[in-house]
Amino acid sequence: MYQFNWRPVFDNFDLLLKGLGLAVAIALLSLTIGSLIGLAAAFGRTHGPPPLQCLTTAYVELVRNIPLLLIIYFVYFGLPLLGVSMLDNLWSFVLALALYAGAYLTEIFRAGIAGVGKGHIDAARSLGMTRLQVIRHITLPLMARVVLPSLGNTLISLFKDTSVASAIAVPELTYGAIRINVNTWRVIEVYLVVAALYLATCYAIAGSLRWIERRWAIVQ
Amino acid sequence: MPMILAGLPLILHGLLVTATISLAVLLLGTVLGIFGSLSLLYGANVLRWCVRIYVDVCRSIPHLVLIFAIFYGLPALGLQVPAIVAGILALGLFCGAHMSEIFRGGVESIPHGQMDAAKSIGLTFAQRLRHIIFPQALGRILPAWVNTAVEIVKSSSLVSLVSVVDLTMAIQQIVGRTREALLFYAVAAMLYFAINFTLSITGRRLERKLGHG
Repeated sequence: MYQFNWRPVFDNFDLLLKGLGLAVAIALLSLTIGSLIGLAAAFGRTHGPPPLQCLTTAYVELVRNIPLLLIIYFVYFGLPLLGVSMLDNLWSFVLALALYAGAYLTEIFRAGIAGVGKGHIDAARSLGMTRLQVIRHITLPLMARVVLPSLGNTLISLFKDTSVASAIAVPELTYGAIRINVNTWRVIEVYLVVAALYLATCYAIAGSLRWIERRWAIVQ
Repeated sequence: MPMILAGLPLILHGLLVTATISLAVLLLGTVLGIFGSLSLLYGANVLRWCVRIYVDVCRSIPHLVLIFAIFYGLPALGLQVPAIVAGILALGLFCGAHMSEIFRGGVESIPHGQMDAAKSIGLTFAQRLRHIIFPQALGRILPAWVNTAVEIVKSSSLVSLVSVVDLTMAIQQIVGRTREALLFYAVAAMLYFAINFTLSITGRRLERKLGHG
């Protein structure tokens, strides 16, 4: 019979809390960088010349069909061989996750761009706005509300994906769990606590996103 | 090229393990998903709550945490299982939770009138599901099912972190020996891409064939 002993877990609770903080920070940072990549790729795919469209399609299809772990290994072990060696494990992971997220966000933004009615664009053009002005003043603000729920879902998946960072020893939440497990061997306790932390954080993120969506909604 | 040939047996072995894990997980997930969705849709209150908790918990916890928890947790409870079984169980639990939601959504998208009409011509509950609801829901479920299959093949790479020699682990071992990281990561990427892209294309074709949007 398994004897529960929660003390070792709660004695090292700061390790888990710090890990949780880092995981949320990595998820937010990757979402931001990934959004920039996604926006650029989405506009490249809808407005760019054919070669650029091909390139963005290749990026999206490739990244969406290979495992995140492989992208992480490529960035962490592969990039230094190409002469890019200023990234430590944390920044390698952020870059890998941002590249991964960028592919999914491209599709989200593309749907957002497609969702902006042609009438809006024509009206803006007939007022004499340049293409860039149309994007900045019409397309972007209109698509922001459309893509917000999908951005929220992406943030939650990215937060869950941060656990893979433990593979290259980034001290996030799962890595904290591994360390406590190895040092104290309280395996059931530590994973129950860590699962609860992930669960609570996912629900907290989802709850705050719904609140933001309501605040932003045009029709209250 | 000779280097790739030398690594080929290990790569093929890894590929086979990845395929086995993915298939086993999808099978387990589909079975769990059928029971899960039926419980969510038609189950008694207690059963429905239990399944709801299972689905929400498994979907909110990272796959890797599930894998570690089962891989290290089962032996602590006195159950020795091979790493590959722990990985299949963990990913299967997640897959089942995900499939439960997909199947539930598919069945719920069928208009209520269909069920009522089937009831009024005297079909039993099982007959209504088998002849009326499932054939119609299938076309809506299949695309999501194939997307999940792609996710599962990708997630199966995580079992390499509990020492299962799948495709990712095979590649890591070869890279460790040959120091040819870029070459072999490209090979791995191509193989994963080939599997998943084929899956997506098949999914799209099936979707067209079954005639649902």
